[in-house]
Amino acid sequence: MIPGPFSYHRPATVADAVKLLSSLGEEARPLAGGHSLVPMMKLRLATPEHLVDLHGVAALKGISRSGNAIVIGAMATQHELLASDEIGQSLPILHEIALLIADPQVRYRGTIGGNVANGDPGNDMPALMMTLGASYRLEGASGARDVAATEFYQGAYFTALEPGELLTSISVPVPPAGHGYAYEKLKRKVGDYATAAAAVVLTMADGKVATCAIGLTNLSETPLLATDAAKAVIGTSLDPATLKKAAEAAVAIMSPAADARGPVEYRKHVGGIMVMRALSRAAACAK
Amino acid sequence: MNDMTPTREQREAKLEGMGCKRKRVEDIRFTQGRGNYVDDLKLPGMLHGDFVRSPHAHARVKSINGDEALKVPGVLAVITAETLKTVNLAWMPTLAGDVQMVLADGKVLFQNQEVAFVVATDRYAADDGINKVVVEYEPLPPLIDPFKAMDKDAPVLREDLAGKMTGAHGPRKHHNHIFEWTVGDKDLTDAAFKKADVTIKEMLSYHRTHPSPLETCQCVCSFDKIKGELSIWGTFQAPHVIRTVVALIAKIPEHKIHVISPDIGGGFGNKVGAYPGYICAAVASIVTGKPVKWVEDRIENLTATSFARDYHMTTEIAATKEGKVTGLRVHVLADHGAFDACADPSKWPAGFFNIVTGSYDFPTAHLSVDGVYTTKAPGGVAYRCSFRVTEAAYCIERGMDILAQKLGMDPAELRLKNFIKAEQFPYHSALGWEYDSGDYHTAMRKMMETVDYAGLRKEQAEKRAAFKRGETREIMGLGVSFFTEIVGAGPSKNCDILGIAMFDSCEIRMHPTGAGIARVGSKSQGQGHETTWAQIIATEIGIPADDIMIEEGNTDTAPYGLGTYGSRSTPVAGAAIAMAARKIKAKAQMIAAYKLEVHEGDLEWDIDGFRVKGLPEKSMSMKDICWAAYNSVPPGMEPGLEAVSYYDPPNMTYPFGAYICVMNIDVDTGVYKVRRFYALDDCGTRINPMIIEGQVHGGLTEAFAIAMGQEIRYDDDGNVVTGSFMDFFMPTAVETPHWETDFTVTPSPHHPIGAKGVGESPNVGGVPAFSNAVNDAFSFLGSTHIQMPHDFWRNWKAAKNLGVFA
Ligand SMILES: Cc1cc2nc3c(=O)[nH]c(=O)nc-3n(C[C@H](O)[C@H](O)[C@H](O)COP(=O)(O)OP(=O)(O)OC[C@H]3O[C@@H](n4cnc5c(N)ncnc54)[C@H](O)[C@@H]3O)c2cc1C
Repeated sequence: MIPGPFSYHRPATVADAVKLLSSLGEEARPLAGGHSLVPMMKLRLATPEHLVDLHGVAALKGISRSGNAIVIGAMATQHELLASDEIGQSLPILHEIALLIADPQVRYRGTIGGNVANGDPGNDMPALMMTLGASYRLEGASGARDVAATEFYQGAYFTALEPGELLTSISVPVPPAGHGYAYEKLKRKVGDYATAAAAVVLTMADGKVATCAIGLTNLSETPLLATDAAKAVIGTSLDPATLKKAAEAAVAIMSPAADARGPVEYRKHVGGIMVMRALSRAAACAK
Repeated sequence: MNDMTPTREQREAKLEGMGCKRKRVEDIRFTQGRGNYVDDLKLPGMLHGDFVRSPHAHARVKSINGDEALKVPGVLAVITAETLKTVNLAWMPTLAGDVQMVLADGKVLFQNQEVAFVVATDRYAADDGINKVVVEYEPLPPLIDPFKAMDKDAPVLREDLAGKMTGAHGPRKHHNHIFEWTVGDKDLTDAAFKKADVTIKEMLSYHRTHPSPLETCQCVCSFDKIKGELSIWGTFQAPHVIRTVVALIAKIPEHKIHVISPDIGGGFGNKVGAYPGYICAAVASIVTGKPVKWVEDRIENLTATSFARDYHMTTEIAATKEGKVTGLRVHVLADHGAFDACADPSKWPAGFFNIVTGSYDFPTAHLSVDGVYTTKAPGGVAYRCSFRVTEAAYCIERGMDILAQKLGMDPAELRLKNFIKAEQFPYHSALGWEYDSGDYHTAMRKMMETVDYAGLRKEQAEKRAAFKRGETREIMGLGVSFFTEIVGAGPSKNCDILGIAMFDSCEIRMHPTGAGIARVGSKSQGQGHETTWAQIIATEIGIPADDIMIEEGNTDTAPYGLGTYGSRSTPVAGAAIAMAARKIKAKAQMIAAYKLEVHEGDLEWDIDGFRVKGLPEKSMSMKDICWAAYNSVPPGMEPGLEAVSYYDPPNMTYPFGAYICVMNIDVDTGVYKVRRFYALDDCGTRINPMIIEGQVHGGLTEAFAIAMGQEIRYDDDGNVVTGSFMDFFMPTAVETPHWETDFTVTPSPHHPIGAKGVGESPNVGGVPAFSNAVNDAFSFLGSTHIQMPHDFWRNWKAAKNLGVFA
């Protein structure tokens, strides 16, 4: 559990960071909170020769409202998300999720940028970003581009980020007032990644579901958007039969790996349960 | 008397003696980050060693090439079995009478086995070196399932034992067999089973787990070539034993070996044995002439240094239809891994597992244990346990619940019916122990009343009915556990380690001003000895505990002791402390008599000094006696006031307790909630109630972890799949239930202060309480036994197997 040798860089601007990353090539990695990267380096599963620490780049910080979206700087920590009233009012589900990530020590260091850029199917933020319809701003030597969260994840630790590119901010459309939301996460203990988790954001009209999006965490190589499951609940009052149907539709797209959290069969089963519970709780808190 | 004269209560309170909730003196440094652990030690020129480990469970080692590693800046040496052979240390003896490879000699027998030791100027360079050592392996078939170890075609693991069909504990039946150990009367037991109205039979597995102390195993070895002396600072629970082992295997005279255990961050049995890291660091220091540090990381600790349990217990109980037990028959298949590195007293290959008749009056019993080799890490240490007592308690406490279920009786009632009665003590058990004391009925009834046992059963019945009506998806279980431990190893008539009797020792030296130092052969790893040992002395000789310094862990200064594990410190070292204190007191009495000009017999003890019988104003305090001991002793008496005691206990002590766990389980996810956990412990005389409570909290937390998920699990290829705290269940304060503690006091009749030891009770009694709760929850759905650990997915699986989702 001792990392290999590496050199350390601390740029002050996005431009310098991008320049470093593109000139140092494949062997360079951005360092955010380090709570995913450093454990991998200690196991020598990651052996970057260069670490480009983003903590000196002031432009990557901050949480602000821009029109109907909340823009979150990549280097905003999970703790900062929790401390933000703006997030609490507009994106309360983000608070709920951030509180379910590990413990205060991890949340003081871990950043939202690192969380979504990492590509680990166990991270909670990616499925939520898909559920909320968020997009990521990526900046590289050839300029900036925006990629929808739903287009970003390609496989475990494999994303749309090109070598030399940096994720600089996340833009999240604010859901309508009175929306219902819930994140149901089954984990073995504090500090564990999800055995299965489901995010739900929905709106209700006349006691029936008007709009709905469902995201799934750690139930496949990538976070999933359970579109069929979400479709199945539109226009219903989430009666037991509908919940069951939605869970079945969600389970149909899950392909988790067996691990110490349980066999595939179990993880899919509880994945379905998380979907049902999240739907019910989201509906209950919708206005 | 004027107003300034302290009252008797004030004098008593000032001592902070036995029974006082004295604050832990060691916490002053621990809470300020001022502890001094092995890894804090930095010696001039110190080097760092680390291991190349095997990725395979079983493989032939074709070659090891360290050339590239030696090119890494800072790397000084790559030590292999070939290097160690030059000093005859490629293999080392184990405490269980087996031998163990220090570094892979021709083959590897478990994943993460030590293959080569890289020595470098810093830890980073050592690890860089490790990654450059090239080892060529030829994989061989792994052997993971102990039930297949003695198959005809099972792979031969220990080629070094070829042809040796007798081991340290008798004949071996198969090339992967280590020993068979039998106790009890087979014919009588068979007869009891023939006559029985009711019998049960169940294979109860106690899975492999690990003590995982916060601080891993580590050492610094420093060989002084000029003096020919070897100093070892290490995380040793038994420093003197380590010194003797080193003297025996390294052939260095014992007085030239200095073993020092500084502060230790938890041991739980993990730090009793000797590990390859110690040998390699010592050899590396001898070779390089520099101090060498070896510090295990968490993965190494979990996967290579000693595991615990891995006992598979086929348990049978015979009983009358009224529920009186008439016989117990147990066969254990014990998985010891690649080498038998159990840390038991030498003549006890299965520890004190023959305490398996538990708290019940079994007229007859028979036990046999077969130990086998597999391609897993070696060990079998007593994880917060007195040598397999934990396994035995689990076996009998699950067995009694299964019997109750078969009889249709309440498990608490069945226990009350079969307890050894208070008047039967001292009680001779069918498997050979003499229980010193106990009052089981009182403890059990107190537990049942406190938690309203009848009320809980009623609630459970209602919940079960509601579940059957489909109104809830939650089931409720009550886990009763009544354990009897056997601790305080041990009397020289039955306990030794490598031929050394398992006594313990204390040396007290009082200084002229009435303060003193006591050195003890035990070694605290968090138990708070510096606090409690001083309390014993305070009560015995009337000197405030704050004025007694306790020192342990330095073999040059402490009297020879067998160390701290198996809840032996209070029963053995605690007794030595009291006995040494009494010697001090006896000499003090002579001095006081001389000074007060009375006959010794005219004096009586009074809290903190002697007074003349009938003349209470004529007295001499212990503090004044200390002064007198250095200037005016009676003619013919040697000056000074010190004493040494080596205590060989006449018997073990037998702490017991009544625990209950109330648990709800959501069958849809398998998620459980511990609603209530009540633990009543009887450890005899209570030295420091606060420390006892702390010990019980810690042990219950471990028991909770073990029963509900903590395991060392291997996949079919022999890879450890739970090798870090991500997957090895280490509960945090969030998961840990709330603990309610309680007690009764039944002093040990043979122990000088009547104390019995408590550190391990909660781990021993807690595991069956949790497991019984889970099993009790599922029993109304038709299940008899569900194996541990009871983590979420296994609970869900159990529900599924019982048709809950049909
Ligand atoms: C004990 C523990 C438990 C945890 N449990 C959870 C959990 O339950 N759920 C959860 O979601 N997370 C969990 N985490 C992970 C934690 O949230 C991490 O902090 C987070 O996933 C990564 O953020 P970071 O800032 O630490 O990123 P780092 O570790 O610094 O980086 C992660 C990866 O992203 C890359 N990267 C970082 N920032 C950028 C950027 N701006 N642009 C491009 N690439 C970038 C890095 O190069 C690296 O490859 C846990 C971590 C620990 C240590």
